[in-house]
Amino acid sequence: MKIHEYQAKEILRKFGVATPKGIACFSVDEAVSAAQKLGGKVWVVKAQIHAGGRGKGGGVKVAKSMDEVKSFATAILGMQLVTHQTGPGGQKVRRLLIEEGADIKKEYYVAALTDRTTQKVAMMASSEGGMDIEEVAHKSPEKIIKVFVDPLVGLTDAQALELANGIGVPAGSQAQAVDTFKKLYTCYMETDATLAEINPMILEGNGNIKALDAKFNFDSNSLYRHEDIVAFRDLDEEDPAEVEASKFDLSYISLDGNIGCMVNGAGLAMATMDTIKLYGAEPANFLDVGGGATTEKVTEAFRIMLENPQVKGILVNIFGGIMRCDTIATGVVAAANEVHLSVPLVVRMKGTNEEMGKKILADSGLPIISADTMAEAAEKIVAAVK
Amino acid sequence: MSILINKDTKVITQGITGKTGQFHTEKCQEYANGKNCFVAGVNPKKAGEKIFDIPIFASVKDAKAQTGATVSVIYVPPPGAAAAVWEACEADLDLVICITEGIPVRDMLIVRNKMRAKEAAGGKKTLLLGPNCPGTITPDEIKIGIMPGHIHRKGRIGVVSRSGTLTYEAVAQLTEIGLGQSSAVGLGGDPINGLKHVDLMKAFNDDPDTDAVIMIGEIGGPDEADAARWCKSNMKKPIVGFIAGVTAPAGKRMGHAGALISGGADTADAKLAIMEECGFHVTRNPSEMGRLLKSLL
Repeated sequence: MKIHEYQAKEILRKFGVATPKGIACFSVDEAVSAAQKLGGKVWVVKAQIHAGGRGKGGGVKVAKSMDEVKSFATAILGMQLVTHQTGPGGQKVRRLLIEEGADIKKEYYVAALTDRTTQKVAMMASSEGGMDIEEVAHKSPEKIIKVFVDPLVGLTDAQALELANGIGVPAGSQAQAVDTFKKLYTCYMETDATLAEINPMILEGNGNIKALDAKFNFDSNSLYRHEDIVAFRDLDEEDPAEVEASKFDLSYISLDGNIGCMVNGAGLAMATMDTIKLYGAEPANFLDVGGGATTEKVTEAFRIMLENPQVKGILVNIFGGIMRCDTIATGVVAAANEVHLSVPLVVRMKGTNEEMGKKILADSGLPIISADTMAEAAEKIVAAVK
Repeated sequence: MSILINKDTKVITQGITGKTGQFHTEKCQEYANGKNCFVAGVNPKKAGEKIFDIPIFASVKDAKAQTGATVSVIYVPPPGAAAAVWEACEADLDLVICITEGIPVRDMLIVRNKMRAKEAAGGKKTLLLGPNCPGTITPDEIKIGIMPGHIHRKGRIGVVSRSGTLTYEAVAQLTEIGLGQSSAVGLGGDPINGLKHVDLMKAFNDDPDTDAVIMIGEIGGPDEADAARWCKSNMKKPIVGFIAGVTAPAGKRMGHAGALISGGADTADAKLAIMEECGFHVTRNPSEMGRLLKSLL
């Protein structure tokens, strides 16, 4: 689960990390009164969307007067902000963060994430702050300093100092940097984050260290124990089809193609998508119905797939293991009737009670095309939509 | 022979009294030598009771002491599953198979480091399979997990995968063309897990009753590439390789918590390329895994 920058900073402050003062706003009026409340002479107007690269897309502006705060807020609120992470359509800006200006002397990067190879927490820092870290990793990997933290021990002083030294934090500010790293680590662990990133972490003219921008991802398996983080969820930032699917415990991801697919199991679902591509078409979605594909779930899955106007055909691929093929066939027939299915449907069922399942499909009177293998199913649905 | 488990393995079921645990324990008992293999269950509140004639003990330690079991399978719900894994490790079992899906990553991270610390201090090494996995089966001997037993057939091909249904797909293809399996193993779809592809490739390489292996992977993480590099200089048997997720977009979690492209090496194309370089017979068509393997024998 992702959150907004202003929410990320709220969490960081809770763990004692210094950030600029800022106020989240939903309207131009709120933005102006926020700037008045903050005082000072310089304010930053920042679009709040879940995607990165907001500055380059024109979603972050420095205002030097109240008039500028107003005009920037007016321009940014409601705009379709296009960044390298939003896709060509961009993302509508519905929230702003008005922040006091910062006296930036130097920008750094620091992040905590779980390293699969070592099964430790990797703390990464770089002197190249404010940039896309993937780009730094590609162009100058030597500028990224990494330490691996044993979760049974935590980030040690020595490790934190190694990071601060490695990225060249001046001696007078090292204690603050070490403190920031340790707080970031604690915050990462206690919130069940899968990524906690401060980019840039800045050194101010007076030697203070602050988090100027922050990004968090949270482990969805752990949300049950973090009500406060769940409250940060912004459904406007998520794909409506994915939100709808999650209500029915369906794992769904929108893609660009025209063949909807419904599969049980994440690995088989990806393999089915790949097979569709192999036969010359593109999948419209990833959809894992999971272990218990009841009629209700299958119906919802059909509904969600068909809401996508791109979908010209559907491929159902089910490996009936514990779940029997006849049960699934009954669900598919009921779902197809319920949604008045009007696009070609190819069903491939394999496993327990396969023959019974095929008979139910054949006897349904619906124009369902049957297939024995994944490849045959893909070939048939690609042919049917052409 | 087989890898990890055989007809003489004695198994403790943690979470035997829950709905999922009961359902699958019954199926596992019905399979091959299952009646003799599943010897104990654990539930501190129901110690002394029985379920399907299987005695329930208060702890894994008790269950092990009373029955001599060396392997456990876990169906405990996500909030308590990592603690169940640790309980099995503390009882010095040989192997723990964790079926539970949806365990917080932090919980697994902590358990894995506790397991390492225990080994480093000279304690017994307990192997972990999973979590979020279908389990493992040695056909006609024993099945521990949630896979459908009847699609398997005893034979000499090893199958290893991170995905459940994709493992069944490979197994069914093999069985259909007359090739049985020595063992089929699901590693699970979580980012922090126990046994990895490389561990299973080593086991299949050492198993005199395995002639060839189908290794299936998916996007995310370095495991398949690590296994491929090991196989290049060590593996003596032919391998068919497939990676799911060529069409998966970057930055999106594809069902499995661990199936996420966060860098170039995570992609299916990158993994397929390394596997090919390392001598795997790679296919991009998942319907061809069985036939391709048969052509190599």
